[in-house]
Amino acid sequence: MSRLAAKGLEVGYGSERGARRVLHGLDVAIPDGVMTVIVGPNACGKSTLLRTLARMLPASAGTVVVDGRPTADYGPKELARVLGLLPQSPTAPDGMTVADLVAKGRYPHQSLLRQWSRRDEEAVAAAMQAADVAALAQRPVDELSGGQRQRVWLAMALAQETPLLLLDEPTTYLDIAHQLEVLELARRLAREGRTVVAVLHELHLAFRYADHLVVMSEGRIVAEGEPSAIVTEQLMADVYDLPCRIIPDPLTGTPLVLPLVGTVGHPGATTA
Amino acid sequence: MTTHVLIRVGERSVRFRRRVAWVLLALAAAAVVLAGIGLMLGDYGISPGQVLAALTGGGDDRLAAYFVREVRLPRVVTALVVGAALGVAGSLFQNVTGNPLGSPDIIGFTTGAATGALVQIIVLGSDTGSVAIGAVLGGLGTALVVHLLTRPHGLTGQRLVLVGIGVGATLTAVDKLLVVRASLVTAQTAAQWLAGSLNAVLWPRATVVLVAVALLIGAAFALARPLQLLTLGDDTARAVGVPAQWVRTLAVLVAVGLVSVATAATGPIAFVALAAPQVSRRLAGTPTSGVAGPALTGAVLVLGSDLLAQRLLAPTELAVGVVTGALGGVYLIGLLALEWRRR
Repeated sequence: MSRLAAKGLEVGYGSERGARRVLHGLDVAIPDGVMTVIVGPNACGKSTLLRTLARMLPASAGTVVVDGRPTADYGPKELARVLGLLPQSPTAPDGMTVADLVAKGRYPHQSLLRQWSRRDEEAVAAAMQAADVAALAQRPVDELSGGQRQRVWLAMALAQETPLLLLDEPTTYLDIAHQLEVLELARRLAREGRTVVAVLHELHLAFRYADHLVVMSEGRIVAEGEPSAIVTEQLMADVYDLPCRIIPDPLTGTPLVLPLVGTVGHPGATTA
Repeated sequence: MTTHVLIRVGERSVRFRRRVAWVLLALAAAAVVLAGIGLMLGDYGISPGQVLAALTGGGDDRLAAYFVREVRLPRVVTALVVGAALGVAGSLFQNVTGNPLGSPDIIGFTTGAATGALVQIIVLGSDTGSVAIGAVLGGLGTALVVHLLTRPHGLTGQRLVLVGIGVGATLTAVDKLLVVRASLVTAQTAAQWLAGSLNAVLWPRATVVLVAVALLIGAAFALARPLQLLTLGDDTARAVGVPAQWVRTLAVLVAVGLVSVATAATGPIAFVALAAPQVSRRLAGTPTSGVAGPALTGAVLVLGSDLLAQRLLAPTELAVGVVTGALGGVYLIGLLALEWRRR
């Protein structure tokens, strides 16, 4: 059984009447100890799913179960010791140092009278090491480059030492080299035994890094499994309305999507 | 990590930055020195030796002992406690709103407490005890109104500041109306109270304020760490297990309590809640303000201002609110200019 699973999830925004359903009775079981990547077109509900799994959004029906217990039964700190979330584009106050920010990840393990144990110190040092930000420890977060900053936020989530780690579009606004840095780190964490779930936009990277791929469309999961087993030209056409060729990536063998739009002779293309 | 001081006793531990520790020590020392001066100065001059003797129960100058213990000490204690209350309230509000202008004196809560007290003084014609109740009710009522007006968005950001300024302006008009409609004698009492003054504070009032503020600041300490995490945004805070909305509501209630108690004790003392958290943050070099720093800064500001108010035009005593108002006006202009330049 998966440590993280959901059954019959219904999530909507807005008031009772005229509410917009975003997830429609969705079932999902996240495989343990591997990297799961969720993809899908804009507004398909992938971030909503991730945030509902992390209990950031309330589900109007259905349950999210962590280690056999509904998350609704967990205390706030209790859940934060098992499940971590890196939200979309987080911000730190001006002048806060990297070391201070990463240390905040220890909050669920601390209390008013136990503010800083040796265990906290070790966890923060290990997290900064793993995310390769130890050298930046005394720098203010707002002075770092986008890639460094994202690694710092990852380090904060790592300091939380949760077996489950959810990443909401961790590569948005990063250039390709920094995207790869973040994904390499995420994969390394999965290899070390954590369960990692990431929402990604870049299909080429998603297929390369996913051990388990979840494809969503209009609030439902339409395909799930190993990328090379499930990604087909038909699936891309159905989900993204995108005519394409799919070839194996010459370096990794994972699926590579080549859109037909923009090629010579394709109907509707701007031909040179 | 050599930048931090760590105190660890068995399982228990507290941690703070080295520079913060020094700043706190310096502020505490300043408070002690000012308190000493406060006990010495007055129309009846008392030497440091006599002050010490009076405080420790010795000494043969019974008049000096009386002035120190029964007249000046309650005033000094109230100044420190009210200053601490205002500083902490300001820090809580600024953390909740994420805005240095989101202080109770800007967003109308101090005015609300004053309105509550004025209703007690003028309309109900009551004594000092129930003035306090009026101030607390006024403060909470204002918080409720502002909360309802900003409701879909919660107590955050620019909207809160703008709504608060509007509510504050309306309440100022109400205050003026109340004073105009009052009889000459009550109007005089009300005007005196409105200026914010520590004149004639004796032990009974000082003790009540001390106990109430101590309890509320204790609560503020408990809220400080989760509140700091809210400065990283609600999502991040909730991801590490902070019940964001709950913490924010409690912080507002504690802050309104502090402002109301302080206002009830002395009348509105302007600008301390606005300035103390920012001054202490700059001194300590930290990105956000906590509890201990603003408390000590507020205490030093109010006590220092009160000494100025007492001695500047002696033997005529000014109201402490006049001095903090003058100092704070300069500070507010500086703050606005700074914010403007950053845009």
